[in-house]
Amino acid sequence: MSASDHSPAAVLPGRVAFPHRHLTGIGGLQPHEITFLLDESEQWIEANRARAKNDRRLDGVTQINAFFENSTRTLLSFEIAGKRLGADVVNMGVGQSSVKKGETLIDTAVTLNAMRADVIVIRHGSSGAVQLIADKVDCPVLNAGDGSHEHPTQALLDALTIRRRRGSIAGQRVVICGDVLHSRVARSNMLALASLAAEVRVVGPSTLMPAAVEQMAVTRFTDFDAALDGADVVMMLRLQNERMSGAFIPSTREYHRRYGLTPERLALAKPDALVMHPGPMNRGVEITSSVADMPGRSAITEQVEMGVAVRMACLDVLTRRARGVEGWA
Amino acid sequence: MTTAFVNATLVCPEGGVRPGSLLVEGDRITRVGDFDAPADATIVDCRGRMLAPAIVDLGVFAIDKPACLVGGIVRVGLMPDQSPILDDPGIVQRAADMGKPELWVHPIAAATRGLAGIDLAEMAINQEAGARAVATGRGWIADSGVMRRVLAYAADIGLTVVAHPEDAGLAAGAVATEGETATRLGLRAAPAIVESLAIARDLMLAEETDAAIHFRQVTTAAGFDLIRAARSRGVRVTCGISPAHLLLSDIAMNDFRTFAHLSPPLRCEDDRRAALSALADGTIDVLTSSHDPRGPEEKRLPFADSAPGMSGAETLLPLGLGLVHDGTITIERLFALLARNPARILGLDTGMLAAGQPADLILVDPNIGAQIVADRMVGRAGNTPFDGLPVQGRVKMVMKGGSILA
Repeated sequence: MSASDHSPAAVLPGRVAFPHRHLTGIGGLQPHEITFLLDESEQWIEANRARAKNDRRLDGVTQINAFFENSTRTLLSFEIAGKRLGADVVNMGVGQSSVKKGETLIDTAVTLNAMRADVIVIRHGSSGAVQLIADKVDCPVLNAGDGSHEHPTQALLDALTIRRRRGSIAGQRVVICGDVLHSRVARSNMLALASLAAEVRVVGPSTLMPAAVEQMAVTRFTDFDAALDGADVVMMLRLQNERMSGAFIPSTREYHRRYGLTPERLALAKPDALVMHPGPMNRGVEITSSVADMPGRSAITEQVEMGVAVRMACLDVLTRRARGVEGWA
Repeated sequence: MTTAFVNATLVCPEGGVRPGSLLVEGDRITRVGDFDAPADATIVDCRGRMLAPAIVDLGVFAIDKPACLVGGIVRVGLMPDQSPILDDPGIVQRAADMGKPELWVHPIAAATRGLAGIDLAEMAINQEAGARAVATGRGWIADSGVMRRVLAYAADIGLTVVAHPEDAGLAAGAVATEGETATRLGLRAAPAIVESLAIARDLMLAEETDAAIHFRQVTTAAGFDLIRAARSRGVRVTCGISPAHLLLSDIAMNDFRTFAHLSPPLRCEDDRRAALSALADGTIDVLTSSHDPRGPEEKRLPFADSAPGMSGAETLLPLGLGLVHDGTITIERLFALLARNPARILGLDTGMLAAGQPADLILVDPNIGAQIVADRMVGRAGNTPFDGLPVQGRVKMVMKGGSILA
């Protein structure tokens, strides 16, 4: 498959399918733009399952993964995605970055820009850091998670998983449970799923729930059992102990008692309800192993698989203009 | 030296607005109203423009002479959060001398040593060194016992306590006010009641100790209600606000715009409207620039890592005049907020157009159109959330102590 093989049919008449220079968040994307990215991702699922996984459309493209915050799964996923498309992938971890020597984020952005990166993937511990860099560089920037703000590719891979397993996203009752306050995954998912007409419920203790969350087109619950009623999808969030300072919950034991997903609790959802988790999991805290590994119900490993496909699609789409793909220049 | 301002529109917080002349002899105003200018006087024809008391800016964080000059500010109440902190008589005295003769700095000394909120600072000795008030600085004194002693001791020596009303426990780590914007941006936020909680406690302590307390910035509806109620009980309380909290709500933080990272953080639209009402009904006593210039090193960072604060001295008057143009307040009320009231809180006999007052004056053309452009600001840093905003009104002349500065 080459760059020119991309079907122009995916570009809706009269408008650019994805007019954004960067992908800093789901906020700001129109429903059809989200759907376009999901559609683009589909082609990579089968390609990834084939034995020969290499595609050369990003030949000569330099992809820098600048991860200012530790991450194994997301970094690996972006690295694999880039390499499968033929990009020259460079990983810049915080340990080797000059940020440790006091360089500001903008200096780093300017440096990356001067190195003529073609696409930069950024993870950072501060909300808005990705936007700050995106404003300073010439190439597309992909948000791989910034603070408690957004993690758009996670939301896309979750949406893709739901769409494939449930047939559609519209009308699905999705319950997002856990530490919504600190979760960029939850924010992006709320935006993406609500935008695609799912019924989104968020549940967790009030100490871990952001104010005005209802204004993001979701319904708020504190009782997990009540929230699970009629659920099509149960999306568990990791209890982010490292983000917490002060007493947000009395103990993980009590948290598990109230918000842990057990087989008994899962029975309150629809019989075929899907179980999801962005990982890494705290087994025995927000989810029990028996649920996490439940055949047919748990989509957790599938989420990881979708992650690579979604990231391939995003890397491809965001670099099309620079690569001179027909209809995108 | 004698200067006669003729053909002026005199704007005085107490005398109102009227056409007339004003005579300056030496460093004092000697006559106001209708009179024939002495033969030896230098005549300044105001051509009908506004002649008003120069601005006394209560609660700034930096001595920024160029910005003050452009903004018509000739006296500043300097907050103790300096390096070093204003908690020692030598440092206070040095601060008091730093701006003269163009800009008079009235230090507001630290209420506690090192602003740590633990031990009382030497308030009386600092007062002798030039301190005009004492303050808790950028922070709140969490220990109620210490705050009670601060208020009681300051009352003994006749100093006002300038307080920062923000419950420290509830506000810890927050860079925004809880609401839809902070939630969408994923910013650590505190509920707006951080302010009213702190005000409620401090008012009770001020009432109990009969101290004079000034809240440098009050920004919430609940906070204004508490102040109104306390004032009706006779509590000696005053409060201020900056134009930013009157004109901007938390949606100004969208796109992680760090110029809108302020302390206290911008509030919701309902609180902003409550602030405008409080300004109109007299609850608010002082309009301050809260001048806290921050260079790119402190602002070109992710929102949560950036420093709160804005450069406000240059924009204080034009934004204040905007409130007059839109009918929120009268022009004489504006100068009560900008000159008379802050002077009173600092115990200064200035801020009005009256014989015997220091000749601190500004000549203002309220109708000149201009645009706030951050890059063109003359102050120490051009970080303003009002970049690009069209405004009306400009200072045409500044006189400090009888000398025309610009």
